[in-house]
Amino acid sequence: MLASVNYLFPNDLHIHWSLMIVMYPYITGLVAGAFIVSSLYHVFGKEEFRPIARLSLLTSLAFLVVATCPLLLHLGHPERALNIMITPHTTSAMAGFGFLYSIYMIILVLEVWLVFRIDIIEQARGTTGWRRRGYQLLALGVYDTSPEARALDHKVVTVLAAIGIPAACMLHGYVGFLFGGIKANPWWSTPLMPIIFLFSAVVSGIAALIIFYQVAMKVRGEEIDQPCISALARWLWLFMIISVSLELLEIISLAYERAEEWEVISELITHQLSFSYISLQMIIGALIPFILLMTTVLLDRFLHPRVRNSLTFIAGTLLLIQVMAMRWNVVIGGQIFSKSFRGFRDYHPHFLEREGVLPAILLVIIPCVLLYLFHRVVPMFGKRTDLSQG
Amino acid sequence: MTKPLEPLTRRNFVKKGCELAASAVLFLGILPMKTARGSSMTTPHNNDSDSPQYDWEEHLYAFLVDTRKCIGCGICVKACRIENNVPEGFYRTWVERYEISERGEVYVDSPKGGQEGFTPIEPGFKTTKGFFVPKLCNHCDNTPCTQVCPVGASYSTKEGVVLVDSKRCIGCGYCVQACPYASRYLHPVTKTADKCTWCYHRITKGLPPACVQACPVGARQFGDLKKEDDPVRKVLATERISVLQMEKLTKPNCYYIGLDKEVR
Repeated sequence: MLASVNYLFPNDLHIHWSLMIVMYPYITGLVAGAFIVSSLYHVFGKEEFRPIARLSLLTSLAFLVVATCPLLLHLGHPERALNIMITPHTTSAMAGFGFLYSIYMIILVLEVWLVFRIDIIEQARGTTGWRRRGYQLLALGVYDTSPEARALDHKVVTVLAAIGIPAACMLHGYVGFLFGGIKANPWWSTPLMPIIFLFSAVVSGIAALIIFYQVAMKVRGEEIDQPCISALARWLWLFMIISVSLELLEIISLAYERAEEWEVISELITHQLSFSYISLQMIIGALIPFILLMTTVLLDRFLHPRVRNSLTFIAGTLLLIQVMAMRWNVVIGGQIFSKSFRGFRDYHPHFLEREGVLPAILLVIIPCVLLYLFHRVVPMFGKRTDLSQG
Repeated sequence: MTKPLEPLTRRNFVKKGCELAASAVLFLGILPMKTARGSSMTTPHNNDSDSPQYDWEEHLYAFLVDTRKCIGCGICVKACRIENNVPEGFYRTWVERYEISERGEVYVDSPKGGQEGFTPIEPGFKTTKGFFVPKLCNHCDNTPCTQVCPVGASYSTKEGVVLVDSKRCIGCGYCVQACPYASRYLHPVTKTADKCTWCYHRITKGLPPACVQACPVGARQFGDLKKEDDPVRKVLATERISVLQMEKLTKPNCYYIGLDKEVR
């Protein structure tokens, strides 16, 4: 069917969902992933995550702040963006975005505020001038630091973190559903899509935290907490195994069923996406980190801290690339083949354009800068005993 | 500096309460109006000033393509481009050429959507079967495109026409992805979704779509299923017809005669 002819439907010459739509699930994935790590500490009492509990929460917030930017950069009429909340069309999956995003934003901001409240008050009391003003503003006029108030804070944080888990899963699983619900596109249309997105989100979240934590400790000249790194490596290994297995399962079932679309999809994977799918997503981004993490987890007792740090750092970086490649392969891959199932087009984003490479890079850099700014305002790290709530 | 607040007496409380309730009712009343299909400026409705007699309840349109008649002249594509000011490189309608060999080898193309006609080609095999297939929006009953529109800018009219309100469309492109037929595109100038309207501005005045009028061989026919003696209605009732990508269950209102299994 495909062999000799490269026929695209005439309107299929254009890729409408660009690099920005690749960035959007990538960023919301980091939001959800980082939040789930923070919840492992706050809800499930995983004490080993205490050193990064605050970092993970603020990472989630930093990325959530920019999560709408790729969408606004993509929309033909960004000035009408709020219409999806003012006049939502209830049959559309996309109409849910504004509401899910807002709910999650409220939960996250509340939780962040409660976690950092005591520090904000202490800062407001210990500083002068405009800094004091700023902290007073952040304290929202509440200066109760009694043990009872702290206990209440702790309770509310636990509840918020618990509600936050399904909210984060919704926010990101829903992104998967946006693709998974499109029956016109066989590369997207699978009920596995939301689950694949969710697990890869957790992978990217943990991977990003490993990197942020190690870099922050290096810069501050502090020691990297080894039990924390070991635990992160264990969880990352687990989640990457699930994530990659699901990704493979999708392909295997498509191939095994030999449906009409397999002809075009097999060509897509082995030719058009051979580098980003086979090399990046499956080998460099999955097989290598799998081996690295397996080494870290199974030989944990014998590893020197520096070796453990390096192994997890490399695995984290590769997995961040893997998740990025996976997003690219889903979003762009799904548009590279024409709905005629008879031909392919090409997509190379430009560097300087509204939906180009530069905005994509900025979308990753801005949250990092935000994270640094958050760090300047509230203590993100510290000795275990210093952190009243963590 | 600031005006002292009025003391909140019971009378004031009740008064403010009533005002608030009234505003809420007003707001909630307006909301469904806003979510309804477009504003009166952009949406067709019964009292269209250009055609006072037109009532959308009285029509149910259908499109019939007889692929056996199409000669691939491409006049329809040109007519559509002129009539609807379709930007170059985008297509509300197009014509595909199929050349198929005895052994099942297939060659398909649609140079410039077929608007300049077709020149002979060498497909690399001996063609035993060749034909043209005009394509356009199928104006489905079970529309994947209007389903996914997050703001309701894409909608179906009572006569079975699928339209886009460009004053409402946010240009997200979700409908473009959802259409299995690639009938939609994002208009490069308006930055909104655009597609075949069956020349809605013409059919509401009793004229056929531009492509139907331009077709020299009657391969494209437009009918009204609510009219007793409509020729298209008669064909649909008595002949063997098919639709594109039937397995997608979109229930197209664009019907085909003489489709081949290679056409999707």
